[in-house]
Amino acid sequence: MKIDFRSDVDRVLQDAKAQQKPVLLDFSAAPM
Amino acid sequence: MWPDERVARFVNDSFLAARVHVRQNPEAFKQHSERYKAPWTPTILLLDADGVEHHRIEGFLPTDDFLAQLMLGRARIAFDQAHWAEAERWFREIVEQLPNSDAAPEALYWAGVAPYKATGNPVSLKATGQAFKGRYQDTPWAKKASVWT
Repeated sequence: MKIDFRSDVDRVLQDAKAQQKPVLLDFSAAPM
Repeated sequence: MWPDERVARFVNDSFLAARVHVRQNPEAFKQHSERYKAPWTPTILLLDADGVEHHRIEGFLPTDDFLAQLMLGRARIAFDQAHWAEAERWFREIVEQLPNSDAAPEALYWAGVAPYKATGNPVSLKATGQAFKGRYQDTPWAKKASVWT
């Protein structure tokens, strides 16, 4: 199973507000 | 941390997930790291649906400790929003499922506070203070709970 990470943070925040769901925001430097 | 099946399932079930990568998207990283005052990596923020931060994980952690911190963040959001029963249940899940994690003593502490906040009855604080006499004695959370016994 993979995590559904999205790169558009502002869009995720908008969706979170609409869905009333919390957000995990990852600041990463890990190899991709 | 991330490839772990338990972590992935927990994140997908509990949060909408966003990632800003310092090298792949430096402009977005700069913008959001300044907004949330998160200059270091890895840093994971757990935000409520309005984008308000409730919990922060900085630096690498082994999988069990990382999962426990994610669970702690979920419980913290419920606690801060005065969802006492949900918060207590989620704090207790940490103690029951990951009792050896670094987050477990903190979770035990707040699992005692949540029902007190709901009812005003100090019985849960006293029980929590007693519970710390049997486990996690050498942690700061045991010191904090010692006043309840």
